[in-house]
Amino acid sequence: MRHFNLGDFDYIVLAARWTVLLSLYGLLTGGVIGVGIALLRTSRSVAGRVFAIGYIRLFQGTPLLLQLFLVFFGADMLGLPLGAEMSAVLGFGLNAGAFLGEIWRGAIQSVPVGQVEAARALGLGYFPRMLRVVLPQALRIAIPPTVGFVVNMIKSTSLAAIIGFVELTRAGQQINNATFRPFLIFGLVAVIYFILCWPLTIASRRLETRLGAAYQR
Amino acid sequence: MDYVFHFSDVWEARNELAWGALLTVELSALAMVLSLFLAVIGAFARVSGPKPVRVAIGAYVEAIRNTPFLVQIFMLYFGLPTLGIRLDANQGALIALVLNGSAYTIEIVRAGIESIGHGQTEAALAIGLHRFQVFRLVILPQALRAVVPPLGSQFILLMLNSSIVSVISADELTAVAQDVQSRTFRPFETFIVVTLIYLVLSLLFTGTFASIERLAFGRKVAQR
Repeated sequence: MRHFNLGDFDYIVLAARWTVLLSLYGLLTGGVIGVGIALLRTSRSVAGRVFAIGYIRLFQGTPLLLQLFLVFFGADMLGLPLGAEMSAVLGFGLNAGAFLGEIWRGAIQSVPVGQVEAARALGLGYFPRMLRVVLPQALRIAIPPTVGFVVNMIKSTSLAAIIGFVELTRAGQQINNATFRPFLIFGLVAVIYFILCWPLTIASRRLETRLGAAYQR
Repeated sequence: MDYVFHFSDVWEARNELAWGALLTVELSALAMVLSLFLAVIGAFARVSGPKPVRVAIGAYVEAIRNTPFLVQIFMLYFGLPTLGIRLDANQGALIALVLNGSAYTIEIVRAGIESIGHGQTEAALAIGLHRFQVFRLVILPQALRAVVPPLGSQFILLMLNSSIVSVISADELTAVAQDVQSRTFRPFETFIVVTLIYLVLSLLFTGTFASIERLAFGRKVAQR
């Protein structure tokens, strides 16, 4: 057993960059999937809606940890070993897709139907209607809950530690195994997560109040 | 892509998995009840306690909600023994779930309390009820009725989060799954089955919450 030193401190603080990167990649993947799910969920096609609902139910009704295990072990078994990092990105992305899809569906549906009807009456097809009429209005409503979800995403990336990817939590575990100062080390780890998450929590809350005020007129 | 599925090894372990699922249900149900109990007290203190108490509860809620559950588990499970407090894995798991769950639940119950008009409190005080009676008899029942849906989704999340306590090898469903997969070398099959069990559990919990809502608040909700 050795003492906790400045090198350990640096190691943990620097591991936070993997947490940030993993969150970014997870959000990008999830964002692409989420747009697809939200559009399918609000589309006129019954099959599309059923698929989107099933996707959302599946990913919101099972533990994220199990989803990560399935991607990690599943890819391996099917003969395309992804490794911990790619599995984590894919797992977080699939999961985020369900949550973002559900958030954005709500935002799209909050745009008054009259707007869609008017756009259709003007002869706009699906994509120009969505891109130029519906989505710009939905965006305003979607931003606060989306920022709130980013906080969840950052916290969730700690689960990558369990499949062996070295990010903030795993780095803390490694140092704790060598020095055994759990309160100090996991306290430090928790503080770093807090510094990453808290500003976003506050931003989400502020945006929501401001938006609420705008809609009260 | 020529993987052959073998579910027979997982079927062999069905009893273990059933016990694991049962423990997951027990652990989550107990954590839900305790979180709600703590949250009612916490939300009351957060809204009408003295300033230091309000600040302390606010800080607790923010600290829990802005850090990962996994890190909280590690802190508790590895930290408490250094203070001379020994916990077995299941106790540690329950405490972690309750500490985490109550922070989220406090916020939900607080929002419910704040949604009740202030006139209600004034009227109740005017007819001579004590501050605590006002809360227990007038505010709380209405607040709880208002927050049943978000409370339900939060409790489903709690149940799903309980899979994370498998890292301290409490013997709930995910920990049993880890055990089975390391013994049978069938991780994919094991985790497929266990994921489906969780899906069934979340449907069961959703159904239970809906019945509780109907039984407890049914007629009143219908009247509105």
